[in-house]
Amino acid sequence: MNDTSTLDLLLWVVLPYMVLAVFVLGHVWRFRADRFGWTTRSSQIYESKLLSIGSPMFHFGIIGIFFGHVVGLGIPKSWTRFLGISDHVYHLMAVTVGLAAAVACVGGLMILLYRRRTNTRVFGATTVGDKIMYLLLTLVITFGVLATLVHTTIGDYDYREGVSIWFRQFWTLQPSTELMSQAPIFFQLHVLSALLLFAAWPFTRLVHVFAAPVGYLTRPYIVYRSKDPRRESERRGWEKVDF
Amino acid sequence: MRVMAQMSMVMNLDKCIGCHTCSVTCKQAWTNRSGTEYIWFNNVETRPGQGYPRGYEDQEKWKGGWELSASGRLKPKAGGRLTKLLQLFSNPKLPGIEDYYEPWTYEYDKLLNAPAQQQNIPTAPPKSLITGERTQIQWSGNWDDDLGGTYLHKDKDPMLKGIEDKVQFEFDQTFMFYLPRICEHCLNPTCVASCPSGAIYKREEDGIVLVDQDGCRGWRMCITGCPYKKIYFNHRTGKAEKCTFCYPRIEQGEPTVCAETCVGRLRYIGLVLYDADRVTEAASTRDEKELYRAQRDIILDPHDPEVIAGAKASGIPHDWLLAAQKSPTYKLIKDYEVALPLHPEYRTMPMVWYIPPLSPVVDVVRDTGYDAEDAENLFAAIDALRIPVEYLANLFTAGDVPTVERVLYRMAAMRSYMRDINLGNAPREGIANAVGMDGETMQEMYRLLAIAKYEDRYVIPVGHHESAHDLESTGTDCPLNAPGGPGMGMSLPEESLGMAGPGYATKRQQTTPDRPEGVRINLLNWDGRGRPDGLFPEPATGGA
Repeated sequence: MNDTSTLDLLLWVVLPYMVLAVFVLGHVWRFRADRFGWTTRSSQIYESKLLSIGSPMFHFGIIGIFFGHVVGLGIPKSWTRFLGISDHVYHLMAVTVGLAAAVACVGGLMILLYRRRTNTRVFGATTVGDKIMYLLLTLVITFGVLATLVHTTIGDYDYREGVSIWFRQFWTLQPSTELMSQAPIFFQLHVLSALLLFAAWPFTRLVHVFAAPVGYLTRPYIVYRSKDPRRESERRGWEKVDF
Repeated sequence: MRVMAQMSMVMNLDKCIGCHTCSVTCKQAWTNRSGTEYIWFNNVETRPGQGYPRGYEDQEKWKGGWELSASGRLKPKAGGRLTKLLQLFSNPKLPGIEDYYEPWTYEYDKLLNAPAQQQNIPTAPPKSLITGERTQIQWSGNWDDDLGGTYLHKDKDPMLKGIEDKVQFEFDQTFMFYLPRICEHCLNPTCVASCPSGAIYKREEDGIVLVDQDGCRGWRMCITGCPYKKIYFNHRTGKAEKCTFCYPRIEQGEPTVCAETCVGRLRYIGLVLYDADRVTEAASTRDEKELYRAQRDIILDPHDPEVIAGAKASGIPHDWLLAAQKSPTYKLIKDYEVALPLHPEYRTMPMVWYIPPLSPVVDVVRDTGYDAEDAENLFAAIDALRIPVEYLANLFTAGDVPTVERVLYRMAAMRSYMRDINLGNAPREGIANAVGMDGETMQEMYRLLAIAKYEDRYVIPVGHHESAHDLESTGTDCPLNAPGGPGMGMSLPEESLGMAGPGYATKRQQTTPDRPEGVRINLLNWDGRGRPDGLFPEPATGGA
């Protein structure tokens, strides 16, 4: 532990926990102070053609990438080995699925950025916050793709022995700086830019991620509300009718 | 049977002169903000015409409203829950701003700041309110007003499909009327069903459909869901907005702004009671042409003792029941059967109803030199004039011509019957009987439609806030203290700290605590009722 520099400590221990605090408290604050602003701020009414290609590509791509990160960062090597998945097979799966998701995500993002810049209506509705968010998002995704291509596909860095362990240590409150300070440069940049994105997250339109309407699947179609919240009907919408 | 109350409106189209006063006053009241420039909660369309947004009635294109699945189950035409969630990132059936119009203003500064002695006359060129750049005005909310541009766009009115070959758009033969539109506040609203966030709701008390602005997340599915395209997207806030039926006014017993300011006094507002348990069944009626009757059938008779008992059981206040019994909309829909719903085939059970216009028919009869007040002439003309009647049927009865004819017969009969009275002739009961009414009802209907006194047009009970809040406890009740809540049964030192409000004191009194003599009384906790022990010294026995 002697060779732990102050900078490493700041970057890989202090900063991540600060970002976590900002992320959580920021969302709490935003939800309390600005529920009205908690929206996707869709620009589809201005332009639909490019959006109909770019937006689903980007969103489904990034959802795929999110779950890829959950598996890659959250599941230790020993677990997948226990399940009988060899490291080679795991790597092959990660690369193919990850590649598909990354192509969709990056392609979609490029279409969306092009649309945002060239369509005057859409560009006119773009706020400073949007621009910062787009910049950070682009950086995170670019560094992520570079890290995968340069260090794990061409190079032989095994993130499951490095970054992933650091990530799990972070959640068990035991982060070691070496795993990150010895990680290849694009992994470091990917993590740092992601931390910045997470810090900005609660204050941008990205909050819409936490508005995902999963409750819709189980809700009755017609919603009734009473003027008096205490008189709220306990019955689920209209009754089922047999006829 | 589950009785629910619904605020409803009827518009008498014969009286609409297309002045747009309703639209303008509504806009001034509700949508004169940035982001709502193109939003018209109330608009007036010239018919035949494309409406606003353009061609909104073409549900094969826009997929609004409900449809019956093969098994006869009702489902949103644009797809069920899973489809909606998969389309969150891009709604394939969303009208663009060009389907409404690009809102604009004029560069008035150019006029005000033009230097004196300038050689050229200053102008105020139009400027887009979305991009801020100069723009060419292409279209607006009522571009085809008074059949403007009809030659160019005549084939674009979805309601003319199937009868376009018969419609000759020659102006000496044409017919025209105005259709004012607000949100229908449907009994079975597809916008509510489409909202993934559950932010759109129907108010239990009066059936008004509202958008919870704090709950809306801008997923845009409601805009597709509503077949009337009466949910709009505020492009600045990213939230859905819609006609509120002026609920703050309605709660005070006042009519909506559009109704209050209507020059022709053609709007009627009143309560109807309906059976909420039969809404799905009625909306699932297989034959589209039967939907009007199905909808009329679930509206309950407020004089029926069974309905009155049901209304009581579901907590409808007595004065609301009385208002429902006096409701002008109920009379027009159920008693006189002259009001029809707009596009029942969308299966949303709309609750803004229309009395179809007789005037196109009257105009034709008069122009041909016949007596346009004569019942026989009018009946014959209604039969002969297939085009207006079929067009009206496409709007109001899913194409069922006899129903529209029946309504027009009644209107024509009323005209004829009342002429005799006004000319001092003996009223002819036969005219009323020919359309299944009697003279007395006909005169009642005449008073409601033609005299249309303010208090007859608007029978709006004041909203009940006292039932909404137990006033004694308002603001002082801790929500945790509800029966079964975590606050129950805990002894808090509030009272001794002087922190409990008046509601607390009442509760304490109900349990009649015994105060030992000489104890200190916190007067802040005394609500002035009764005489807590220890407040005054014991009266001397036997003294005065």
